[in-house]
Amino acid sequence: MTAILETKDLSITFGGHTAVESVSISVPHNHFKSIIGPNGAGKTTFFNLLSGQLSPTKGQVFYKGTEITNLSPTKRTRAGIGRSFQITNVFPNLTVMENVRLAVQSQAGVRYQMLRHFQSFRKFEEQAEEWLKLVLLDDKKDALARNLAHGEKRKLEIAMLLALNTEVLLLDEPTAGMSLEEVPAILDVIRKIKQRGDRTIILIEHKMDMIMDLSDTIMVLFNGALLADGTPEEIMKNETVQSAYLGGLHSEHAAKA
Amino acid sequence: MDVLINLSLNGLATGMLIFLLAAGLTLIFGLMDVLNFAHGGLFAWGAYSGIWIYTATGSFLVGIIGAILTGMLLGILTERWIIKPVYGNHVQQILITLGLMLVLSEMLKVVWGPNQISASTPSYLSGSWEVGGVIIIKYRVFIIAVGLAVFLAVQYVLKKTKIGLVVRAGVMNKEMVQSLGINIQKVFMLVFMIGAGMAALGGMLLGPYSGVIHADMGMEFAILAFIVVVIGGMGSFSGSVMAAILVGLSGSFMAYYVPDLALAANMLLMAVVLIFRPQGLFGAKG
Repeated sequence: MTAILETKDLSITFGGHTAVESVSISVPHNHFKSIIGPNGAGKTTFFNLLSGQLSPTKGQVFYKGTEITNLSPTKRTRAGIGRSFQITNVFPNLTVMENVRLAVQSQAGVRYQMLRHFQSFRKFEEQAEEWLKLVLLDDKKDALARNLAHGEKRKLEIAMLLALNTEVLLLDEPTAGMSLEEVPAILDVIRKIKQRGDRTIILIEHKMDMIMDLSDTIMVLFNGALLADGTPEEIMKNETVQSAYLGGLHSEHAAKA
Repeated sequence: MDVLINLSLNGLATGMLIFLLAAGLTLIFGLMDVLNFAHGGLFAWGAYSGIWIYTATGSFLVGIIGAILTGMLLGILTERWIIKPVYGNHVQQILITLGLMLVLSEMLKVVWGPNQISASTPSYLSGSWEVGGVIIIKYRVFIIAVGLAVFLAVQYVLKKTKIGLVVRAGVMNKEMVQSLGINIQKVFMLVFMIGAGMAALGGMLLGPYSGVIHADMGMEFAILAFIVVVIGGMGSFSGSVMAAILVGLSGSFMAYYVPDLALAANMLLMAVVLIFRPQGLFGAKG
């Protein structure tokens, strides 16, 4: 199977500090890959290189075999790489429905027939409603986004990301800042997306049980370098990972829980 | 009683003219972060071109359409050649749009001469109605009606269309709109063009209302429009109509009861809003 997303020798240096160092990965179509690593390991920086928010100092990014290293974030979104941010990113003064509709219609392109819009308008609302159902927010569609709880905002953000219909989804800590009660719902949403089987998902997360449960493969970043890349079982057995990182994370995780 | 009604109608009519100018200003600021000091120049160009076409053709309606088209054309040229090169640089924007304002005003004098030009009301809009002993001037009612119609039309587009949703979202966070893959440059141009058309319409309507037009009218109204943008909240369209009516009414009543304080009253109103609600009464920036 050919890779949908590939990096070769990807590196970025800020000042003298190398945040991501020679990372080469290959992600097949409809694959679920998680990125783990301690804080400051370069996970979000690596995402920024994939989505185009940052340009690498060295190395290349390929999407479906075409090099996209120098494409802007907007162009990468159009090509098929959508990303969520660690901080929720919704339009506060638009309703939940309007937020998703904006993402739906952005896929169709903005056209200027201001008065001939009714037909497509309804179609957009129907599509938006489907995404809202998937993330279990359809009962809140007329609420202003700024009035949602934090967990609901994350769900809305995921609905917008899904509505962009990109083949690749980059999810940056979707459970960040969530209360314990909110986590299972978002986990359900991500599992549902996975079960649809039509998206490639790359997830940054700290919650190990969630990662073990969902991932096809896991890559471990440590000080910007790729420490290991394999199935959950391989990662669990990997001694370098064990000693360098996982042990620490397990105790950190246990302390949190 | 009839004084009160007439002062109110007068204030509403003036408010609507200020609104036509301020609405474009606030949307352009909200969406593009551009303070367009040349907006008053588009207002004055609308007045001159509209009255000129009206005088030449004898049709007031053709004059109005001509004014709007002139404003839109100047708007596109301004956005393309003057504003676009300085997006993101506030100091350069202020300098270049202030400069453009001067150029637009002086060009009016070059084309139509330095003297003020008289503008008459078309026969079907001149005169007045008497309602219950109160004399109501038709043209004022006409201005109020046109202002309301424009407000409702733009409000409809903003709330109920695809492009309107993009504009509202863009005012909140344009980087995010771009990250959804929407080409916001085209939306900028469209908003600028429509804002310019509305300003030109306002200028054209002012002609018969005040009886004369002159090259500096743009600057005078632009000051009021800036006050309105601040009071209503930068980027807030519905804020701009409320604030414009407020400023129009306050101007009209103050000019009658305490004429010396007419402009000062608006400045004071703006200062009070800035002290207690710096984001404006209806601030839309999120």
